[in-house]
Amino acid sequence: MELVKRTYYWWNKWTGYSLLILLLVATPLLTIFFKIFDSPGDSWKHISETLLWGYFQNTVFILIGVAFFTFLLGVSTAWLVSNYEFPGRKYFEWLLILPLSFPGYIMAYTYVGLLSYTGPIQSFLRNNFDITFKGPLIDLMNLPGTIFILSVTLFPYVFLISRTSFLQQSKSLQEASFLLGSNRFQTFFKVALPMARPAIVGGIALASMEVLNDYGTVKYFGVNTFTTGIFRSWFSLGDSTTAIYLAAILMIFVFTILYLESWQRGNRQYASLKGTHKPTVRLEPTKPKQFLYTSICLVIFLVSFLIPFFQILHWVSMTYQKVINQDFFLLIYRSFTLAAITGVVIVILSVILLYTLRLSPFKWIKNITKISTLGYAIPGAVIAVGIMIPFLAFDKWVYNTFLTAKTAGLFLSGTLFALVFAYVVRFMAVGYNPVESGFQKIGIHVNEASRLLGSRSTKTLFKIDLPLIKNSLVSGVLLVFVDVLKELPLTLILRPFNYQTLATKTFDMATNEMIAESSNAALIIILTGIIPIILLNRLINKKIG
Amino acid sequence: MLKALIQSTFVALAGAFLIACGSANQEEVVNVYTHRHYEADQQLFDMFTEATGIKVNVVSASADELIQKLELEGPNSPADVLITVDAGRLYRAQTKDLLQAVSSDVLNSNIPAKFREPAGNWFGLTYRARILAYSVDRVSPEELSSYEALTEENWKGRVLTRSSENIYNQSLLASVIAHKGSEGAAEWASGLLANMARVPKGSDRDQVKAVASGEGDVAIVNTYYIGIMLNDANEEERKAAEKVGIFFPNQDDRGTHINISGAGVTKYAPNKDNAIKLLEFLSSKDAQEFLANINFEYPVNPAAAFSEQLLKWGTFKADDINLSVLGENNSEAVVIFDKVGWK
Repeated sequence: MELVKRTYYWWNKWTGYSLLILLLVATPLLTIFFKIFDSPGDSWKHISETLLWGYFQNTVFILIGVAFFTFLLGVSTAWLVSNYEFPGRKYFEWLLILPLSFPGYIMAYTYVGLLSYTGPIQSFLRNNFDITFKGPLIDLMNLPGTIFILSVTLFPYVFLISRTSFLQQSKSLQEASFLLGSNRFQTFFKVALPMARPAIVGGIALASMEVLNDYGTVKYFGVNTFTTGIFRSWFSLGDSTTAIYLAAILMIFVFTILYLESWQRGNRQYASLKGTHKPTVRLEPTKPKQFLYTSICLVIFLVSFLIPFFQILHWVSMTYQKVINQDFFLLIYRSFTLAAITGVVIVILSVILLYTLRLSPFKWIKNITKISTLGYAIPGAVIAVGIMIPFLAFDKWVYNTFLTAKTAGLFLSGTLFALVFAYVVRFMAVGYNPVESGFQKIGIHVNEASRLLGSRSTKTLFKIDLPLIKNSLVSGVLLVFVDVLKELPLTLILRPFNYQTLATKTFDMATNEMIAESSNAALIIILTGIIPIILLNRLINKKIG
Repeated sequence: MLKALIQSTFVALAGAFLIACGSANQEEVVNVYTHRHYEADQQLFDMFTEATGIKVNVVSASADELIQKLELEGPNSPADVLITVDAGRLYRAQTKDLLQAVSSDVLNSNIPAKFREPAGNWFGLTYRARILAYSVDRVSPEELSSYEALTEENWKGRVLTRSSENIYNQSLLASVIAHKGSEGAAEWASGLLANMARVPKGSDRDQVKAVASGEGDVAIVNTYYIGIMLNDANEEERKAAEKVGIFFPNQDDRGTHINISGAGVTKYAPNKDNAIKLLEFLSSKDAQEFLANINFEYPVNPAAAFSEQLLKWGTFKADDINLSVLGENNSEAVVIFDKVGWK
């Protein structure tokens, strides 16, 4: 019961900071929204008549295909490792997440090289058994190939989420199902799967966002989608308005997926009720069945990680002497600092936003803060276009207003600032979520106690809140770090003078038909990507026990 | 303290970007936008810096992206030099008014007139030939004669080349338009398409591998790719390249189609003098020999010696058409490709 009627003022310095951050993060979307009303560019007619339908078909086809295969691979393996005991199960729990460390484009180069005429498989068969093939073993440079590559790199999203969901499900419900006469198979389809549905669809939605973001794979395979269309109309045809139109259509896809995802979830929560959660009892199937389950997981692991990983190691062993030099270390240094700066900036901004939320009782502040995490759903090419346009306009304005003498260089566009800004927009959610859960875990009371004892909000933040959520802050920086390292389309458009990252170098070398050489930079990206995956897995296991 | 943290972040960011811009004012620099991704280029730039003290800043991206960037940046562009492969692209930059005509006695004496844009908007630095790579097992060189002959009946299902989206093929067709007219060019394109072993796809190297693996018997590719493959770290790549022979087509009439990698000074170059110095250096005998030795391209400077690999391939008669024509005919070539259905 409240004894005193409290009056809150919504405005304070924290809401001020937060609104500013939100405005900046929303820049690219606002740009696109306002630019849609410009009259179409010269090439819009050409693109809409000849190419648009193809972009649409390919994008939809890839989305459906990847959704299907990530579901198949992710859910089946998750069900096996969470419900059965079989040799290697403990290892597959984390081995099957490793493919996430492969960016799609690197997986694409690797598989094409692996299956090509001069690749190890064909060479081996040719040199030892005189077996020859006409062309590549399997031709991947087409739509099904794109679906294959994206599915094997993205299924761990579905695997991770559905595994967590299967483990959290109340065992009593499953037991009830058995008692009522259902077998494991029926239980899976009638009980476990429907209960895990919201989580699984969430995982597939995440994978779909990555599909819409992909540029490297579809570009390499010559499959035209909206992303390649944005690059083509912006760079080949020199028509930024058409690029904006395409970006807007792409955003319709994004919002449709987001809407469908939240619609299917509704208000339903299928988590087990408190107290009914029992530790998982895994069934021990018959030996042949155990063998089958191990084989299924093993084959998926080999195809999605180990084989391409060894191909990369093989290429590195052939080319490292040529590639690894001072410039290569400079490349690593630059990529790492860029990723680290972005990680730190994002975590600082997340803390400001979430601390505002923590201090404010207003629901609308909570709702608009969510805007800041929207960037993860926006494809990199769209963000890049949405940032380039206002930045260039700003530069032009500065030049025309303040400067008379000609100076080389631009103010915002083409600088590290533009690039980091774009990364922040794109990866805000990646750093925001761990910070948010950190704040939630420690609760508000410690903060209130400090305030009651007379500390000001800033002092409380630094003395009480931040030290308590140190681990969340570190994992936020780390997760952003890895995502920045992998990022390609946005970096390609916005990177400044003299600036190559590991990702753009890999892409450049691969498009210049030097795939073996490109694998050195690729290896660094993959190895760095493995670290947080292992940490992430530890976190899940700790949570579930 | 939070305020201080935010402030210091902004200061750090501002600092980073001031360094990025500020360095331009203190020392002599030349800013290069390049589409040429040769590893050797960086060594050449280093040699240039050593010789002149002028620092070379490089942005590398695809030619389309660079041209777009130049357009967007307009008079504010920091770029001084645009380097790209294929005359068609240099021509595109020129027609978009992104380059300026420069005159330099050194450039004029280093580079023969046919490799220069007449007004001096751009200059060829190396050239390459688009040749026929044939299977040494299944084709004898006597069967080959010209690009046109590949449309004959006996080559059905045996010809390989990449997609028409690639500018090398666009420029080849542009040269055919110049010599045979639009109708003749369309006839050639559809005749060649009818003889293809597979749907056009993949890179030039992929075409060579397809000949080696028996998917087709003759491929239209650029010379230097074969040089690169012959010297690849992967033994299998070398073996594949050894399975093809090189044939220079059209020796009895107009000569083999060639193209250039080249450079031009940008219209608003803030360091124009340094830009010209860089071009002069890149066309000098030493730089040309250095590049030709590493990259298997032909030096434009007649004083520069051919590399061992180039000598092995022998001399040939090149199509003498002015390279600007390739750019002028480019859009028509693209339309013809679309019309005949060359993917």
